[in-house]
Amino acid sequence: MSYIEIRNIFKIFGPNPQAALELAKSGSDKEEILAKTGHTVGLDDVSLSIEQGETFVIMGLSGSGKSTLIRHLNRLIDPTAGEISFGGENILAMDIPTLNAFRRKRLGMVFQRFGLLPHRNVMDNVAYGLEIQGTDRKTREDIARKWIERVGLAGYENKFPDQLSGGMQQRVGLARALATDPEVLLMDEAFSALDPLIRSDMQEELMKLQAELHKTIVFITHDLDEALRIGDRIAILKDGKLVQVGRPEEIILNPADDYVQAFTRDVNRGKVLRAKSIMEPTTGTISGDQADTSQVVRPDTVLDDILPMALASDQAIRVLDRNDKLIGTIKRQQVITALSHSPAN
Amino acid sequence: MFPEQLNVPLGKWVNQFVDWLVINYGAAFEAFADSLLTVLVALEQVLRGAPWWLVLIAIAAITWHASRNWKLVLGLVVAMFVIGTLGLWDKAMQTLALMIVATSLSVIIGVPVGIAMAMSNRLRAIMLPILDTMQTMPSFVYLIPALMLFGLGKVPAILATVIYAAPPVIRLTDLGIRLVDPEVLEASRSFGASRKQILFGVQLPLALPNIMAGINQTTMMSISMVVIASMIGARGLGEQVLMGIQRLDVGAGMEAGIAIVLLAVVFDRIGQAYGKRSQRTSSGEDA
Ligand SMILES: Nc1ncnc2c1ncn2[C@@H]1O[C@H](COP(=O)(O)OP(=O)(O)OP(=O)(O)O)[C@@H](O)[C@H]1O
Ligand SMILES: [Mg+2]
Repeated sequence: MSYIEIRNIFKIFGPNPQAALELAKSGSDKEEILAKTGHTVGLDDVSLSIEQGETFVIMGLSGSGKSTLIRHLNRLIDPTAGEISFGGENILAMDIPTLNAFRRKRLGMVFQRFGLLPHRNVMDNVAYGLEIQGTDRKTREDIARKWIERVGLAGYENKFPDQLSGGMQQRVGLARALATDPEVLLMDEAFSALDPLIRSDMQEELMKLQAELHKTIVFITHDLDEALRIGDRIAILKDGKLVQVGRPEEIILNPADDYVQAFTRDVNRGKVLRAKSIMEPTTGTISGDQADTSQVVRPDTVLDDILPMALASDQAIRVLDRNDKLIGTIKRQQVITALSHSPAN
Repeated sequence: MFPEQLNVPLGKWVNQFVDWLVINYGAAFEAFADSLLTVLVALEQVLRGAPWWLVLIAIAAITWHASRNWKLVLGLVVAMFVIGTLGLWDKAMQTLALMIVATSLSVIIGVPVGIAMAMSNRLRAIMLPILDTMQTMPSFVYLIPALMLFGLGKVPAILATVIYAAPPVIRLTDLGIRLVDPEVLEASRSFGASRKQILFGVQLPLALPNIMAGINQTTMMSISMVVIASMIGARGLGEQVLMGIQRLDVGAGMEAGIAIVLLAVVFDRIGQAYGKRSQRTSSGEDA
């Protein structure tokens, strides 16, 4: 059993969801249910497993149910039907005090428009979660100061949110979510409101933090490049339904349907796909005469770096692991097929 | 002609209801009236007993605290001084006491009601027409039952003022809470804040500028009630206006009118300055 388990979640928005739920269970789609009952399907039979320590990205067009899904994880929204558990614990069975304790201790959330408290300065915003937990002032300010420094805002403790740029505000949001040392970080389009440059800074910052902290991160985005950059696995939602879950290369090489393919069309495949995902696996070692270093790559080498080699020689490129053991080969044609936009199969 | 058989004796029912109230709860009303009167009388004694310059210093201090603006302080002190030169100081102090008590009562009742309205759509649907009625119903209509319950005097004057003046603070408390950014609320819920922590830590502080605007309007409306209040026995500037009307003494009426306006200006400026201050601290500039 995985750390976070989501089983057959349905969410119907509207005053009388049961009739719509029956329709959804019997396979009607979002549009049909809206026409028949006037109810909006937020999530339609979504099941997911998220492992501890992974960065799990949820993607989808506007209105596909991403925000609805992530809000089920801390029960800002309750499902119409289904089950959700954290480390084997059924969170839907929690009463209000237990739920609040669960939110305080184990979850942190970062919002698209930051969700900072406008009447509190940076220090008091970052310390907010600890204050809610009842931590004394001295302790929470010490911890908050550490996180403010960690996200690069030392010296801004007494500024108010409206005195900071968007990027800085989101650093406050990130520090606030991390200050309670949660197991899980929920990020709903946390970087979508930022300029491209700031955004890529923040992605880097997040990846650096994650390399140290090993949190479980659930990250929403509608930008595939962002998803590929930070995600260990990606889930794609459409009209409240889960269409595909997989590692980034799996999604690019084998999109489940046209909707997913539309997402992947503009991605720079040369920068995303790696040797290990297109090679033909073999076993063996390099004999002396084969040790031509110019035709050797590592499993993690991206296609952009393989292509010049493939074009330079007719010989198959050999993929060696860290111990110089041969684990696979790549032919020129495989590189070209993988780089071209149509799926390989 | 409308058929008489269809007449509904609403008036009679109301009378019966008021009689029933007087008979069954007369003692409770009296106790309530007594405590209100005690507060009012004590405040009146303090204001009327204090030397005029002490009151001016107090007004100056409050204005300074609210605005940090010397010009405003000077202006409001001059306004109060002018009231004194019109020979209406004592009456102005009586009116001031009435207004302070009526406004405080409006806020004490209005803020919790506004909070409750913001929490419950059903309560809001019930309250909105009641608030409209409170504001549009001619005040003489509810003066009658107030008189029957409390007799002639200061207490019914205060209650009539509260009924007329409380709606703005109720409405603006409700509005202010409803206008709080939903994402900020969501953030605070996501950190496990309880309803109480959300109300006092997020909703009320962020609604404060609106609540202050409501209190300011409530104050202005309670000033506009002073003339009517004096008709049922409240003393003060309103009494002077009434006297001017009765004796056709235009000059005396005019003097009292000017004093009421000046008092209103003083209250309005102080209220606005506090409103701005609550906005400033919430948007972060140094006060
Ligand atoms: N409180 C609500 N009441 C009614 N319908 C809702 C509510 N919240 C969401 N919905 C509907 O549920 C669907 C999914 O919404 P959701 O906000 O989860 O989408 P999203 O993928 O996050 O979109 P975006 O990229 O625009 O943020 C949409 O059709 C939306 O209109
Ligand atoms: Mg969303």
